[in-house]
Amino acid sequence: MIALLMRDLRLAFRAGGGFGLGLAFFLILAVLVPLGIGPEPQTLARIAPGILWVGALLACLLSLDRIFALDFEDGSLDLLATAPVPLEGAVSMKALAHWLTTGLPLVLISPVLGLLLFLPGEAYLWLIVSLALGTPALSVIGTFGAALTVGLKRGGLLLSLLVLPLYIPTLVFGAEVVSRGAMGLAVDTPLALLAGITAGAVAILPFASAHVLRINLR
Amino acid sequence: MMPDLGRYALEVSLAYLVSLGMIGALVLWYWARGRTVRRQLDEIETRRGKNE
Amino acid sequence: MASFWEYANPLKFMRTTDWLLPIVAIAAVVVTSIGLIWGFFFTPDDFRQGSTVKIVFIHVPAAMMAINAWVMMLVASLIWLIRRHHVSALAAKAAAPVGLVMTLIGLITGAVWGQPMWGTWWAWDPRLTSFLILFLFYLGYIALWSAIDDPDTGADLTAVLCLVGSVFAVLSRYAAIFWNQGLHQGASLSVAPGTRMDWAYKAPLYISMTGFGLIFLALVLAGTRTEIRARRMKALVTRERMA
Repeated sequence: MIALLMRDLRLAFRAGGGFGLGLAFFLILAVLVPLGIGPEPQTLARIAPGILWVGALLACLLSLDRIFALDFEDGSLDLLATAPVPLEGAVSMKALAHWLTTGLPLVLISPVLGLLLFLPGEAYLWLIVSLALGTPALSVIGTFGAALTVGLKRGGLLLSLLVLPLYIPTLVFGAEVVSRGAMGLAVDTPLALLAGITAGAVAILPFASAHVLRINLR
Repeated sequence: MMPDLGRYALEVSLAYLVSLGMIGALVLWYWARGRTVRRQLDEIETRRGKNE
Repeated sequence: MASFWEYANPLKFMRTTDWLLPIVAIAAVVVTSIGLIWGFFFTPDDFRQGSTVKIVFIHVPAAMMAINAWVMMLVASLIWLIRRHHVSALAAKAAAPVGLVMTLIGLITGAVWGQPMWGTWWAWDPRLTSFLILFLFYLGYIALWSAIDDPDTGADLTAVLCLVGSVFAVLSRYAAIFWNQGLHQGASLSVAPGTRMDWAYKAPLYISMTGFGLIFLALVLAGTRTEIRARRMKALVTRERMA
């Protein structure tokens, strides 16, 4: 399973693997929003938590269809399904690889973008914490969506239609943590709920994803 | 016959008309699709009946 | 009494619905007409809301059916996943567009009602927000069905999506409640229907709720019949191509 993870990571970092695309998208979004809304620091500071979370979500979405598509085309997914490693484990590794190549960089770069959007100083810690807690859920849910649409031509658009509604609870609680942090309020309730969603998604969704993959490979 | 709807006449009648229109459209769509599918199936079954 | 599972046999289902469907359809038309005509023509105006209170006779039944349709799809999906009855999967497929339209009716009548009452077409009230989210879930479910050619694969995938979607729909509902309570302590806009409602309103409301339920049932039966035929047709065409 470690080998599988390393292989996915290597593929992602190689040219054309799509690594960095999500990051660039996140950066562009943080530049476009002030251009569209205006440079007033108060306005930007107020919407910064929401923008950063929505941006992270969309950046995650961007690379979802790559999770299984290449492996499906060259047939290595069929090999995975018949391999001695349980497919649930393989799916979890895929999600982990997606998180390491998309979610984690987003977490690391987010303070810089917070700076661009005049995020209040108290919120930085909570921005990093909430993204670190929430992006794994985004990767796992996205893996489920990617597994659903793996065999389809033009699955990309359908994938976003399926996955985005599933992202709503994560987005709500994640952005809530940051905006409460920005106002100096207690964040423990939304943070606990966010962590709960992530834990639940990580524990249960790989089974659903693996089940769906088996159906699609039938 | 028409009841006096007061100053909200437009809103109330609009709500009724739009909703009934949408349900009507849905029913028509189900009915039309049902008819098409039934006709196509009949066609295929008579064709198969002749062949066998 | 025959077992419920007998209707899992498509033939038996077709034979039963042959005579059942017209009855349900006629009942749906009659009951809904009674409820709505009573509601529209023969109810008094509310002292506070004026005649807009009459919208309740469409709004509440539609909203109720929007949620019930999803619950029915969830149950049907579970039956398909566990017992592999085709009729069940096809019934879930047939229910989705009805649920979608009911959600849309709930949203539209709500907007038309909200305009004169709250002075706005739309408010990010938890209840409204959850309905909009439910609408998105319906869209995704229907889109997935229409994207897949093979009926069995489609049934499997959409059933799993329905299960996972249900969990997340409930989560979203609580997230929406939490979200609006959180920072934006807005005025509670929901006019809770059903609280201290007079029988002059309750009677036509219950009748049109029954009517909407019957409409749903009739459309699901009709849609399931169509889907069974479509499935058979697809199987026949494939067999012809193989031969």
